[in-house]
Amino acid sequence: MTNEIISMNGYGTYVWSAFSFTLISFTALYFVTKLQLSKEQKRFASKFGSLNSGKARAARSQNINRVILSNTSNI
Amino acid sequence: MFKYFEPNKIFAITSKAPKYVLFLFIVVLTIGLTEALVLSPEDYKQSDAVRIMYVHVPAAWISLGIFSSLALLSIGSYVFKNKNFALIGKSLAPSGFIFNIIALVTGSIWGKPTWGTWWAWDARITSMLILALFYGMYLLAWRIYEDKVQVTKVTSLIAILGVVNIPIIKFSVDWWNTLHQPASINILSTSTAIHSSMLVPLGIMTAAFALFSLLIFLMKYNTELIKVKNKGLDRL
Repeated sequence: MTNEIISMNGYGTYVWSAFSFTLISFTALYFVTKLQLSKEQKRFASKFGSLNSGKARAARSQNINRVILSNTSNI
Repeated sequence: MFKYFEPNKIFAITSKAPKYVLFLFIVVLTIGLTEALVLSPEDYKQSDAVRIMYVHVPAAWISLGIFSSLALLSIGSYVFKNKNFALIGKSLAPSGFIFNIIALVTGSIWGKPTWGTWWAWDARITSMLILALFYGMYLLAWRIYEDKVQVTKVTSLIAILGVVNIPIIKFSVDWWNTLHQPASINILSTSTAIHSSMLVPLGIMTAAFALFSLLIFLMKYNTELIKVKNKGLDRL
């Protein structure tokens, strides 16, 4: 059974390379996108940390900024 | 109507959704791979090489669907002057491009055992390659141009020009004599040339690929929104 799945009646090289290419592309795109997201979140957190108290209060008044900060703490 | 599509309002949803979509994608992909590689029958002519269809066809469908969406979003961005359309387009394009590359590469791998060649300059394959070039230009334009207004205009133009290629891809197998087989599934008709034992895994794999593009879109959209907010902090 296992040998049949691996050999695929002699087409194993083609079938497995097509599926492998697809899954490797998925994994690469996922991790590159995740890396870009966490980089932006970290940049946002560091910029936010450097704001003085007045500006930080103004920035924190926006709901979206609070959500980004709460997500950044989970990285 | 578009006030509900404002980034600030949808960010609360898009920031939480990826983990659920990722979980669902893994479940659906596992079922799809089991069906495609183990449970589905081999073809009487192509034998097990037919299994490449389960990655090649969904990838091609989704890359065409995403490019059509880019064109619609570009038109929407012109008509409604809504900047969010451009942001959605920018977030959709990377997964569309990857699916296009997957369709080309897996098609080439499939071509060797069935046609005896890795590549042929026939109408379907060449028009898919042209679509990849349009995707490449679209993504490059976002990297090259700094000015927001200019980049929106250029990327919209690329998407609108590129969408002309979509019906050419679709009907190339009917209009020209090509190596590529004609469409086996017609969504406008109930009749299909594929047996349900192959149609079910194809449907599951298409759902898995659609979930993956949704996952990448959500993550990319969140990245773009945070970039906008980073610029907002600079202006404070």
